[in-house]
Amino acid sequence: MTKTEIPPAVTEGRRPGEPVTRRRLTAKPARATAGSGRMAALLVSPTLLVLSIVVIYPTLMALKESLYGPKGLDPATGFISDTEPFVALKNYADIFGEAGERFWNAFWNTTFFTVVTVGLETVIGVAMALIMHKAFRGRGFVRAGILIPWAVPTAISGLLWRWIFNSDGVANALIGHQILWTTEGFHAKVAVIIAEVWKTAPFIGLLVLAGLQVIPKEVYEAARLDGARPPRQFWHITLPLVKPALLVAVLFRCMDALRMFDLPYILVGAQKHSVETLSMLAQNEASNVRFGPASAYAVLLFLYVFLIALAFVRLLGADLVGEGAARRRRRKTERRRMEVTA
Amino acid sequence: MTTKTSPTSRTTTRAFRCSAVLAAGGLLITACSPSAGTGSGGPGAPSFEGRGPITYVAGKDTTGSVQPMIDRWNRQHPKEKVTFIQLPTDPDAQRRQMIQNAETKSDAYTVLSLDVVWTSEFAAHQWIDRLPQERFPLSGMLKPVVETAKYRGGLYAVPGSSDGGMLYYRSDLLKKAGVSQPPVTWAELKDACAKVKRLPEAKDMSCYAGQFQKYEGLTVNFAEAVNSAGGTVTDAKGTPDVDTPEARKGLDFLVGSAKDGTIPEEGVTYQEEDGRQAFQSGQLVFLRNWPYMYGLAANSGIKGKFAVAPLPGLDGPGASSLGGHNMALSSSAENKATALDFIKFFTSEENTATLLKEASAAPPYASLYDDKALTSQYPYLPVLKESILRAVPRPRVVPYGDVTAAVQQQAYAALTGDKSSAQALKDLQAALQKSVAQ
Repeated sequence: MTKTEIPPAVTEGRRPGEPVTRRRLTAKPARATAGSGRMAALLVSPTLLVLSIVVIYPTLMALKESLYGPKGLDPATGFISDTEPFVALKNYADIFGEAGERFWNAFWNTTFFTVVTVGLETVIGVAMALIMHKAFRGRGFVRAGILIPWAVPTAISGLLWRWIFNSDGVANALIGHQILWTTEGFHAKVAVIIAEVWKTAPFIGLLVLAGLQVIPKEVYEAARLDGARPPRQFWHITLPLVKPALLVAVLFRCMDALRMFDLPYILVGAQKHSVETLSMLAQNEASNVRFGPASAYAVLLFLYVFLIALAFVRLLGADLVGEGAARRRRRKTERRRMEVTA
Repeated sequence: MTTKTSPTSRTTTRAFRCSAVLAAGGLLITACSPSAGTGSGGPGAPSFEGRGPITYVAGKDTTGSVQPMIDRWNRQHPKEKVTFIQLPTDPDAQRRQMIQNAETKSDAYTVLSLDVVWTSEFAAHQWIDRLPQERFPLSGMLKPVVETAKYRGGLYAVPGSSDGGMLYYRSDLLKKAGVSQPPVTWAELKDACAKVKRLPEAKDMSCYAGQFQKYEGLTVNFAEAVNSAGGTVTDAKGTPDVDTPEARKGLDFLVGSAKDGTIPEEGVTYQEEDGRQAFQSGQLVFLRNWPYMYGLAANSGIKGKFAVAPLPGLDGPGASSLGGHNMALSSSAENKATALDFIKFFTSEENTATLLKEASAAPPYASLYDDKALTSQYPYLPVLKESILRAVPRPRVVPYGDVTAAVQQQAYAALTGDKSSAQALKDLQAALQKSVAQ
């Protein structure tokens, strides 16, 4: 098996060395580039311009802002000074010091919510997709039903769930025991997780469903002929083939969960430390007119989201960038084909 | 196997969505970066010149009584028209938008309707102008209300409406249990409640509730408990002084009541509306709430079965916190002469009386509370006047957001039993000192 694997790996790995096969592949596009390069740049420039206005400029401004501290109060006049003092990296350093307690609490809350909700959503979402994929009567109805939570705006579902988790609400009536969900504590986290999973599992379900529908039926037929039972079919056919779609769905959910703000804010409350996320912390700092620390927290959150996305693309090969990933996958497919033939 | 490689269209959509997510991440950061370099005009006295169209900025007018008043002004002053800009109902959102306007030195907002607790912050940042005291009829207004409009002795706003807490009680049950007078002290309240609970129909009722969820309402209720026991949260200069035996007695009333069941277990999740519903559905004997509830309760199932009294305290009547709104003048606005006239018009006795009738907003003028026609329509007015006269404003400090967050944090920890009240007050004092010193 190892032997058969070598040839594709070698051709791919010799990219800088420009082997014969490589040149043959790139020969045509190279000629086209010389003529249409300027045209391409011209066509792409509006996009780049918009991107730099709405993404790069604000990001740079936030980076700059995060180097400034809050304005001070002049005890003699009772007025706040006009300018923000430059404090360099103090806002970042502070998270390791005295003020860091709240940051780390928010950081762990964010991470905890992300890991738990995305984990649960993945399992439930895949199950939903499998159900939606099955051909049965009333399938359209079930699909629509599953989609409703995703269609409800988060703020509204926050209100809805606050009503459910009220002290004399439906949740307590169901479990027959009074839990004060919207107070501080672990149960508040549970409330947020339940509401978040309810809301976003359909998203994963939908993306996975799309992935399921492009798996050819013959694969299953072949598996059935070979005597593979449904669980085996699921682990060895469905899951590997649906993985690209699933990875993208999970990545989007991760990024979304890391930025979670409105659900805990509305469902449990703004000042609740047990559910405070990094977005809530940054918002709170900004609303208390401390834009420096707020920007620093937002930048750190941005980096955190970025690193997670990078990890997904690099380690798990999520198909985000398009070509690179497509090539890698093609290589993998080839390898698998080799394995099969071997 | 070929189907596994996704078609290009799908790939591009994904790539696009990815950049959309990143853009959203970037927008989150933009939300936090204010416009840099906001140099203000300095503390020089404003001249209040210029006449012409202005704007009035307030939270959403749910009663529909503000626009007719503005229309009346506009008819009288066709060249100095006022446009009403309605902000969201949520006070935090209102404050955020007003701050944003001030930080960008925009002249879009002229007259601001400020929550009473924002005055110090807006004044210290010089987002609002110091106003000439002599031009407003402040002497006819209730003193605690005027105090909420001041910062370091200077007038920065004019009271438009006020609000005070009152004790709602089930007069029918109290009478039945043989309690002739509403309680004046906390001990009397517990005593009266014990008597009521001996009645068969009140067996499952709880005694007392306020607004004890961890939000601004808790700051109000905590400050009331502390002030009603003779303590303070911050003194007149804004210096924290909450780690005292008096404050301890106040907090102990709340904590003890939560422990011994005087306050129901779910009381720590109550906001105004939760308490009102519990009271109206007959679950509570006593409830601390704002006057807005009076009309609603009078139209509910307990019509004629309840009454209001001033808040009780440790040794005598308690001290309410103050609500309400003040009218301030944005420092970056134009046509300030018109704005000043408009503020005067809007806060006139006549107009606040109209607001009382149409929107049941408590007026700042003392005389209106003794008006026979009004008191027959609003029987709670004398009680409310007493409540406001005995009221203590919430901490008047510049970083009010931090102060109220610290109060909520510690009071809630004590109320839910996470901390002893002594420890909570000690931690609160430390937290307040830190945020006020900044």
